Amino acid sequence: MRWTGIALVAASFLVPPFFAGDFYVNLASQILIAAIFALSLNLLVGFGGMTSLGHASYLGVAAYISALLTTRYGFGHGPAAVISLAGTTALAAFFGVIALRATGLGFLMITLALSQVLWGLAYRVSNVTNGDNGIAGLTRPMPFGISIDSAVSFYWFALIVATFAFVMMTIFVSSAFGSTLKGVRDQSRRMAALGFNPWMIRWITFIYAGFWGGVSGLLYVYYNKYIHPTSLSTTSSAEALLGVIAGGSGTLGGPAVGAALVLLLKNYVSAYLERWNMLLGLVFLFIVLVMPTGIVPGFSRLMAGLRGGSR
Amino acid sequence: MTLLTSDHALEIVNLKKAFGGLVVTQDVSLTIRPGERRLIIGPNGAGKTTLFNQISGDLRPNSGEIKLFGKDVTPFTPYKRAHLGLSRTYQIITLFSNDTLEHNVTLGLLGLRPSRWQMWRPLSYYGDLSTEARRTLDTVGLLHLADHPVSDIAYGEKRRVELAMALAQKPRVLLLDEPLAGLSNTERAQVKSLIGSIPGETAVIMIEHDMDTALDLAESVTLLNYGRVIVDGDRDAVIADERTREVYLGV
Repeated sequence: MRWTGIALVAASFLVPPFFAGDFYVNLASQILIAAIFALSLNLLVGFGGMTSLGHASYLGVAAYISALLTTRYGFGHGPAAVISLAGTTALAAFFGVIALRATGLGFLMITLALSQVLWGLAYRVSNVTNGDNGIAGLTRPMPFGISIDSAVSFYWFALIVATFAFVMMTIFVSSAFGSTLKGVRDQSRRMAALGFNPWMIRWITFIYAGFWGGVSGLLYVYYNKYIHPTSLSTTSSAEALLGVIAGGSGTLGGPAVGAALVLLLKNYVSAYLERWNMLLGLVFLFIVLVMPTGIVPGFSRLMAGLRGGSR
Repeated sequence: MTLLTSDHALEIVNLKKAFGGLVVTQDVSLTIRPGERRLIIGPNGAGKTTLFNQISGDLRPNSGEIKLFGKDVTPFTPYKRAHLGLSRTYQIITLFSNDTLEHNVTLGLLGLRPSRWQMWRPLSYYGDLSTEARRTLDTVGLLHLADHPVSDIAYGEKRRVELAMALAQKPRVLLLDEPLAGLSNTERAQVKSLIGSIPGETAVIMIEHDMDTALDLAESVTLLNYGRVIVDGDRDAVIADERTREVYLGV
């Protein structure tokens, strides 16, 4: 049963590029990027109990650093990617020190405020970021000399990165350290009394989540070949948070499912329905009412119930 | 090894704590020998748990000193004190209710080991942790429930898990905050013999209202009232003291 499930998931990722049109392959690439982003946010929200409304900072900053280095300063894609990820990780370390002075609602507000500062900078410091016009005319890298300019080749590239990201984040939360992270989420005072340093555990997780947020930002800018301040906006952070909660925060695959749902509603349904935001709201309401823990835990409970009933 | 040369496991000097105008700990001084069994009594609101919270580091005192084995730990965070051999249990059960009993006790063991920072190996890789957690659960008589989540077990059993988590750490100073609260007579007897079997080198400081049971376990008693130490000393002397009857026994 378990292997059938894994085979089905693998097939759903591996088969479509062979017959689907470019529109759908591109949609799938965007889903992969959104999934990495949501999974990285889930490290904070689901496993760390730190609800952040500023995670777009890491996606946006990684994208902007790469865009600026390759267009303005003549860097190659390789060094630009390394500097971009290092810079984003350092930013997460710095923001973490500020935001982790608080927990709960205070933490949420600080992350929101910090991301708003970056969003404002991207708009206002237009001699660097080109402001509201964004930075256009970007190129995609050629990993190992292979062009990823076509829809299908980019999809394979994104799939490899997303799989690696998923595995790395799964190892992280399944490790001994991951157990302590969940412990700090559930009973931080008790964890401190047992000899764990809750602040350090949260900070390390914050930095790790920032790094993977940066990875999704690189893919984002490669895909779009364009970057605009909206990538740093609260909407961008909130959509990812919506995906995490809808899919099932604190589960391994849930956030990817939630991110896919949000993206499909946004990109696919909006072609047919002008008020797609309303539909998104209704779908979200439905999930909260019917499956308060999210789609993935909700469905697995449903399946378990059906199996138990048919016996 | 300055830690070993100290005569006192725990030394508290002129401790003071106030929440705004409400003084909850006033000029409290105590010394506990290694291996001592000390009972702390006093009416509700006497400042017993507040004192515990200051010893464990959850609360910072306004003034005064707390020394563990001669080392001033007053500015230390709780986790640093845990690494010096201090463990505690809580009056209100504070467990990881979705996790198994074994996982709860394992966290207690992991807290003092460097492998708690291990980011690629799962907890299950450390078989010795699991073995030791199960052994500790066995000593508190809960081995048969090791694989059940804490949310499944009865209140009295949760109390024993609290104790198991602290005991697993092999503390040198153990703070027990009302370990008998809410237990049935049978459970009381079980927990009592459990506390009685704590290794002799561990100093145990216990807050407890059930005098009948707790007095048997104590060598010395401290009576607190309104945040002050009223009487302090040998068990029988404190019980016989006039002021104890006045404050606590209400005679």
